[in-house]
Amino acid sequence: MHWTTNERSPSVWRVTALSTRSPIRSSIGLKIVMAVTGILLVLFLLAHMLGNLKIFVGPASFDHYAHWLRTIGSPVLPDTWYLWIQRAVLGIALVAHIWSATVLARRARAARPVRYAHRPKVQGSYAARTMRWGGVIIALFVVYHLLDLTTGDLNPVGDPRRPYANVAADFAPERWYVTLLYTVAIVTLGFHLRHGLFSAFRSLGQQTPRGEARARALALGFSVALCAGYLLVPFAVIAGLVR
Amino acid sequence: MNLTLRIWRQTGPDDPGRMVSYQVPDVSPDMSFLEMLDVLNDRLTLDGEAPVAFDHDCREGICGACGMVINGVAHGPERATTACQLHMRHFRDGQTIDIEPWRAKAFPVIKDLVVDRSAFDRIVAAGGYITAPTGAAPEAHAQLVRKSDADAAFESAACIGCGACVAACPNGSAMLFTAAKVSHLSLLPQGQPERSTRVVGMIDAHDAEGFGGCTNIGECTAVCPKGIPLTSIGRLNRDYLKATRDRDGAPAT
Repeated sequence: MHWTTNERSPSVWRVTALSTRSPIRSSIGLKIVMAVTGILLVLFLLAHMLGNLKIFVGPASFDHYAHWLRTIGSPVLPDTWYLWIQRAVLGIALVAHIWSATVLARRARAARPVRYAHRPKVQGSYAARTMRWGGVIIALFVVYHLLDLTTGDLNPVGDPRRPYANVAADFAPERWYVTLLYTVAIVTLGFHLRHGLFSAFRSLGQQTPRGEARARALALGFSVALCAGYLLVPFAVIAGLVR
Repeated sequence: MNLTLRIWRQTGPDDPGRMVSYQVPDVSPDMSFLEMLDVLNDRLTLDGEAPVAFDHDCREGICGACGMVINGVAHGPERATTACQLHMRHFRDGQTIDIEPWRAKAFPVIKDLVVDRSAFDRIVAAGGYITAPTGAAPEAHAQLVRKSDADAAFESAACIGCGACVAACPNGSAMLFTAAKVSHLSLLPQGQPERSTRVVGMIDAHDAEGFGGCTNIGECTAVCPKGIPLTSIGRLNRDYLKATRDRDGAPAT
């Protein structure tokens, strides 16, 4: 292969047998962790989006749905147990997702210590090049969102028994900045998923050109549908369809 | 054509290096990019300056020795073309061209535009081979290979190991190279006995060399002079998943 004038020891010196390193820590293993945890989180996002749409059925139905979430599994499980199990699973998935992203980002940074003087924009999609900072924005939004609509600390109503009222007050027209923040976060999420979903399929072994076209189309379609589903609620509140 | 070149000059591995500007007058549009550098080097030699060091060998796009980042793009603006097969007609008169070496921790600069790519050799040594019986060549039709598999294996085997994929990757990853070397053998019957140890060993070597991980952006395949498809990385991932599940060497059931 390459002949160099380098006079150090022969270029081939480590004929690796299988290392004892856990395969999860390899750069492919970390991607698989990202893919699996990402898909778990996406399934939650889908269920959450569909649940949100209950708001169009009416206040009683929406509040009843929110209450029902706390009683899933009853009488086998005591009240709210299922909810806490789901929260724990999602929390672990989120931590694993962020952990593997951080390890990979640090390795990527270390892999190029001297930067290019001339570097045009990456030819890949906008979604692909904003994965890391987009992820940070989404994580910050999740913290705000929990304080707003789960604990109610940042919500003008903040009554856990009346989620419909919380949502209606949250996105009221005079609190336009909340809607703006929400919209930015959801669109960021859409971009994140557009590349993330395709990337997850690839990490899990998608390997044909036709499958790639399908995976990319599915990722785009799903992201657009998810964004639309989430954004419907605040804009319906602003338009006065939900009050 | 009159060109302004800004070239990365670095006298040795320990020199921090810098971009240096050169004027190159009277460039013929029919010259290859490397011939244009030859002209510059002739003049530098006559002027008593050190010529710009760059790797090259066959100059017909099949050996993988040449390679430089031209205006931020590995191997320059033409798709599926190595730097030696890139011609000056693709540039404008009066243009300023930035020329840099491959940038990666695993590819340390030896001098100017020459980098040490022996990290690739060590990845290949970690599994990119088959156990073949020696002696007379076997009858070619003794082992049948599906046409589609042969085509896909050949597509991967076209990799010349130039390193452009690493140079272009925002993560400094050598996944396209590794994927090509793994799938070229794992698609063929001759590559089956070492299939699991190959992929695990080569990925271990890839990571140990300090390359980054793949984020499926596709920069690599866009600059690859041999057009290795991004889908080969999916094949690598699938092989790795399968291999790590039975890596403790349990016999087949």
